[in-house]
Amino acid sequence: MDPKTLLQNFVNGLSLGSLYALIAIGYTMVYGILRLINFAHGDIFMMAVYFALFFVTLAQLPWYLAAILAIACAALLGFTVDRIAYKPIRNAPRISALITAIGVSFFLESLAVVVFSGIPRSFRTIFPQSLNEMIIIGGEMEVKYGREVIVGGIRFPVISLITLIVAAIALVFLWWFIFRTKVGMAMRAVSLDIQTTSLMGVNVDRVIGMTFALGSALAGIGGILWAIRYPQVWPYMGFIPGMKAFVAAVFGGIGSVPGAVLGGLILGITEVMMVGIMPAAAGYRDAFAFFILIIVLSIKPSGLLGRPEIVKV
Amino acid sequence: MRKLFVILLVVFLSVSALASIKVGAILPMTGGVAAFGQMIWQGVELANELFPEVLGEKIEVVLLDNNSDKVQAVNTARRAIEQEGVVAIIGQVISSNTIAGGTVAEDNGVAMVSPSSTNPLVTQDKKYVSRVCFSDPFQGVAAAMLAFNNMGAENVAVFVDVEQDYAVGFANYFKETAIKLGGSVFYEYYKSGDQDFTAQVSDAISKGAGAFFIPGYYQEIALIAIQARQLGFYEPIIAGDGAAVPETIEIGGEAVNGLYFTTHYDAGSPAVTENAKLFVEAYTAKYGEAPGTFTALGFDTYLVVRDAIERAGSTDREAIAKAVRQTKDYPAVTGIITIDENGDAIKSVAIVKIEDGKFVYDTTINP
Repeated sequence: MDPKTLLQNFVNGLSLGSLYALIAIGYTMVYGILRLINFAHGDIFMMAVYFALFFVTLAQLPWYLAAILAIACAALLGFTVDRIAYKPIRNAPRISALITAIGVSFFLESLAVVVFSGIPRSFRTIFPQSLNEMIIIGGEMEVKYGREVIVGGIRFPVISLITLIVAAIALVFLWWFIFRTKVGMAMRAVSLDIQTTSLMGVNVDRVIGMTFALGSALAGIGGILWAIRYPQVWPYMGFIPGMKAFVAAVFGGIGSVPGAVLGGLILGITEVMMVGIMPAAAGYRDAFAFFILIIVLSIKPSGLLGRPEIVKV
Repeated sequence: MRKLFVILLVVFLSVSALASIKVGAILPMTGGVAAFGQMIWQGVELANELFPEVLGEKIEVVLLDNNSDKVQAVNTARRAIEQEGVVAIIGQVISSNTIAGGTVAEDNGVAMVSPSSTNPLVTQDKKYVSRVCFSDPFQGVAAAMLAFNNMGAENVAVFVDVEQDYAVGFANYFKETAIKLGGSVFYEYYKSGDQDFTAQVSDAISKGAGAFFIPGYYQEIALIAIQARQLGFYEPIIAGDGAAVPETIEIGGEAVNGLYFTTHYDAGSPAVTENAKLFVEAYTAKYGEAPGTFTALGFDTYLVVRDAIERAGSTDREAIAKAVRQTKDYPAVTGIITIDENGDAIKSVAIVKIEDGKFVYDTTINP
């Protein structure tokens, strides 16, 4: 790979990784507080995109309003899923909650097939096209096929820059929220010991509901940004991004918000680099992501920024 | 009152079951290539409305959805044959599904007629699986002629979907002809469902690709085209019949303008038969727009199956399967269909271009 392609691939990876990072934040948050791997995260991501699509096409709302409403709906959906599916088994063994999460994931996917139909839809005209313009550094003006275009240069989509900024804002916001507010303090308390926290007079269900709402809102933001970058929507679109975000979260140390961002970026960059270096193995890129996960976990079981689990005897 | 209703219902159901011939239609109505299934179903439905009877009985088309999935392709074929008791099957749509589901048709001796599976393996060594479309050895030649002769491309990057038999086969036939024509090609790989192709596109650009050839399906074609244009690739992009659905334009937008692809039929091409005229008129009257390629293929498959039942003179599965293979000079929408001893139809390839967000018929390449 020549240096220019290497640099371009690094930027391509950053663009993909920023999306993984954003989705992974929500994943890791729920895990950090509940010790629950919420497999339905990717499907809330998908639902949010459908909400945005219908707010624009059916309700004829302007795109920014549609985005805000879709994110709010995603938060509400996350909250409802917790109330209906996870709350009744709060005291059951952790594996029951995990299996329930997988069930919720299948339920949401099938619901989307029934309600929205299984045909992939275009998301291209929903949001302003200018979001998908490229920032071009370097390159020369040339006339190709009767049009003046810029040839060469390192290219980065505007939407990916926005994604990076949103991820940074989410990072700072969550730090403030978790460490500087009353609800955040309650969340941290819940993450340590649910029963003791409830004895201290904290409404645990409300705190957990808040966590789900916040995590799902982040999934919604991630979903909409994803659909702007890759403009098609279908019921199973959340599966692979959800899985990758899960890998990113575990990779960075599940439960750690900065770890999720770091994990997402590293995963995106290595994935794209791997395809760039070995184009013939591009069909195995998803397998490669899981392979990295196995290696990282065997060297550092708690992930890059995760705290090692202290086993009390 | 209730009892009476139940009795009436039972009588009605058994009468309607007796007086109809069941034909299965196994199509991807959901999943990655649902657009093909939806369009083909429109064609089958329209043909069923226009020609509802054979041998004096009504034809009932039983629609089964295979989810665009290989495993479901087998399950639905089994369901059609064992539970629904169909006399013949229209389907399946993409090659990998027809290859998987075709084994069930083969074991049970039921004719399976595919509207659109172009991979040679679909009918190879099969007695019961046939198709009404051309196959990829010829589509590959046509696409390579388009790329190297008509468009003068030199070094072509071929994007191969490693999960699809169609894409792998089509790419190889393209390459064979490309080498014969003195051109050079190199492969980039991806798999169905991938969203990010920036690494492959950057690699192809750095290797000096003079054109992209994407022998895959529309979702990926549109995304590759978008990302290619974003990363500064302005040379021609060429695809196969996998691009012949409106979704290519809906998802791809600006990026697919100027895209050329090889396909089975275009409503803008000169009508060759009475059926072609009838089809375009009936479709336009019903939907208020011009029909698509796959709708035409669905229409044709229904007609070919109906014609086979008529010639067989009975609803015996074996006799119908034989009659399908003896289809000769049938005047269908997409051309004159003759199914040879291998189960293949020899047909010409249409070249279509996307211009200002519309499909525009370009030329026809004859075998």
